Amino acid sequence: MTAYPLKRLVIAFATLVLASMVVFAVLEILPGDPARLMLGMNASADQVELLRTQMGLNAPLVLRYLHWAGGLLSLDFGRSYTYSVPVIDLVRERLAVSLPLALIALALSTIIAIPVGLYSASRRGRAGDTVAMGAAQLGVAVPNFWFALMLIYVFAVWLRLVPAGGFPGWGAGAWPALKSLLLPAVALALPQAAILARVTRSALIEVLNEDYIRTARAKGLPYRAVLWRHALRNAMIPVLTILGLQFAFLLAGTIIIENVFYLPGLGRLVFQAITQRDLIVVESVVMLLVAAVIAVNLLVDLSYAVVDPRLRTRS
Amino acid sequence: MTMHVDIPDETLAGILAKAFRNTAFVTGFVITLLILAMALISYIWTPYDVTKLVIADKTQGPSLAHLFGTDHFGRDILSMVMVGARNSIAVALVAVGIGVGVGVPLGAFAAARGGLVDEALMRVNDLVFAFPALLSAIMITAIFGPGAVNAIIAIGIFNIPVFARVARAGALAIWPREFILAARAAGKSSTQISIEHVLPNIATLLLVQGTIQFALGILAEAGLSYLGLGAQPPMPSWGRMLFDAQTRMVVAPWMAIFPGMAIVITVLGLNLLGDGIADILDPKSRRQR
Repeated sequence: MTAYPLKRLVIAFATLVLASMVVFAVLEILPGDPARLMLGMNASADQVELLRTQMGLNAPLVLRYLHWAGGLLSLDFGRSYTYSVPVIDLVRERLAVSLPLALIALALSTIIAIPVGLYSASRRGRAGDTVAMGAAQLGVAVPNFWFALMLIYVFAVWLRLVPAGGFPGWGAGAWPALKSLLLPAVALALPQAAILARVTRSALIEVLNEDYIRTARAKGLPYRAVLWRHALRNAMIPVLTILGLQFAFLLAGTIIIENVFYLPGLGRLVFQAITQRDLIVVESVVMLLVAAVIAVNLLVDLSYAVVDPRLRTRS
Repeated sequence: MTMHVDIPDETLAGILAKAFRNTAFVTGFVITLLILAMALISYIWTPYDVTKLVIADKTQGPSLAHLFGTDHFGRDILSMVMVGARNSIAVALVAVGIGVGVGVPLGAFAAARGGLVDEALMRVNDLVFAFPALLSAIMITAIFGPGAVNAIIAIGIFNIPVFARVARAGALAIWPREFILAARAAGKSSTQISIEHVLPNIATLLLVQGTIQFALGILAEAGLSYLGLGAQPPMPSWGRMLFDAQTRMVVAPWMAIFPGMAIVITVLGLNLLGDGIADILDPKSRRQR
C-alpha cells in the first residue's frame, strides 16, 4: 500500500536532482564572467581574479555544484550580484506578489472551468454546450499577454476601475494590493480556464456513458446528484492532471504577465536577472520553480489515490 | 502493404466527403489556408513597405488608406501583420519539425524496446516536463542571444518530449496487434516494423498533435518576441508589435488589437483543424491537453 507513494517520491526527488544538474550545467556555459560584471570594465585582471577566488568561482566544478546544491537545501541561495542582498530575501519579497497571483489565477480558473465543464457535459450537443465550447475554443487561442493588454485598455484606461500596472505593496493595505493583482490574475486564468473546461467536459462525457451512471439514475437518484457525486468524482483524474500541468503554465505565465503589469514578482525578477546575467538569482529562482512544479505534480499523482481508491492497492 | 487499422475500408473519397461535412475541419482548414496565403502573398506584395518609416503618418487610426492603422513610425499595420505571419509560421513549423524529427523516433524506439530503455526515456521526459517551457525558452534565448533561430530551437526542444510521449503511447497500442506478429514472423526487424507498420498507424495521432504544437508554437513565439527575445527588428513579428503597442495603448489601441487578432485567429484555425482531423479519422479520440 505504501509502495506507490514511495516510488513516486523517489522519482520526484531524482528528477529534482537531475534538474539541478541541468540548471547548473546550463548556467556554467552562460557567457559573461560574474566577477568581471560586478567590478566593471575598469577593474584589473588581478582584482577580478581575487574576487573570483573569494566567490568560489575557481573551485572545481563538482565542488561548486555540491556547495550550491547544499546551499539550496538549507535555503541559502547565496547573494545576488546585482542587488547585493541575499537571494532568499529577494525571493521572499517577490513571492509575496507571485504566489498570491498564481493562487488567485488557479482558483479563478477552477471556479470558472468546472461549472462550465459540468454544464456543457450535461447539455452535450445542445445550444448551451455549443456556445460554451465555442467560447472555450476561443479562450485557448488567446495569448494571455494580449488578453492582458485588452483588459488594461478596457478596465484601466477606459473605465479606470483598476490600476494599469504596478504594485503598491501589501503595506498599502490588502484591498489596493489585491486590486492591482486582479487584472493580471484574470489575464492568467481565462486561457487556462478554457483548457480546463474542455478537459472537464470530455472527461465527464466519458464517465456519463458508464454503466454505473445508468445504475445510479435507475435507482432514482436525481440527475444533479449523479452528476456531482458520481460523475464529477470519477472524472477528477484527467482534471487533476491538467490542473497540475497548469500550475507550471501559470508559473511561466507570470514571467510575461508580470512584465505586462510591471509587477515586482518572481517572474519579473528572473527575467531581469537573466538579462543582467545575475546567475545566482537565475539558478535559484529556476530551481525554486522547478521544485514547485515537481512538488505539485507529485501531489497530483498522490491525490489520484485519494480520488480513486483502486489506485491505492496498485504497486 | 501497410495496413491502416484506424480507418478500415474507407476510401480517400469517403474521408474527404466526411471532412467536408465536418464544420470544425472546414473552418480550421479555411482559416489556416488564408493565413498561409497571407504570409506567401507578403513575399510579393504588401500594401506598404514595412521597412520604410513615414513619421508624418505615425499612429493613424484605421482608414481606407491604412485598414489597420499605422504604428509609431508610420508603418502600415496591415502590411506588418502580413509579414509577421511569415515569422510566426516559420518558427512554429520548424519547431514542430524538430519535435517530430527527434521525438517520434525516440518514442517509437522506446515502445519497440521496452524495459530499461523505455523507463530511461520516460524519466528524461519527466525531467523536461519539470521545467516550465516558457521559462526555459527565455533562458535559452537569453543565453544564446535573441533571434528567430534561437526561438525555434528553444520551442523545438520542448516539442521533443511531447512527440516522444505521443509516439510511444501510440506505438504501444499497435505492437500487440496481429499484423505486427505477422511481420515478425516474416522476419522483419523491430526497426523495420516500427517504420513500415507502426508509424503509418500512428500518423493520425501525430498529425493531430502536430497541429496542437503548431498552435502552441505560435503562442510561444509571440510571447518570446513580446519579451524582445524572438525575431529582431526591423523584421516585424506579432509579439514585438504587441510590445510596441503596450505603451501606446491610450493613443493607438489599434496597434495592439490587430496583431493580437492575427495571433488569435491563426491559433484558433489550427486548433479547429486539429479537432476536425481527430474527429474525421478517429471519432473516438478525445483531444486532451
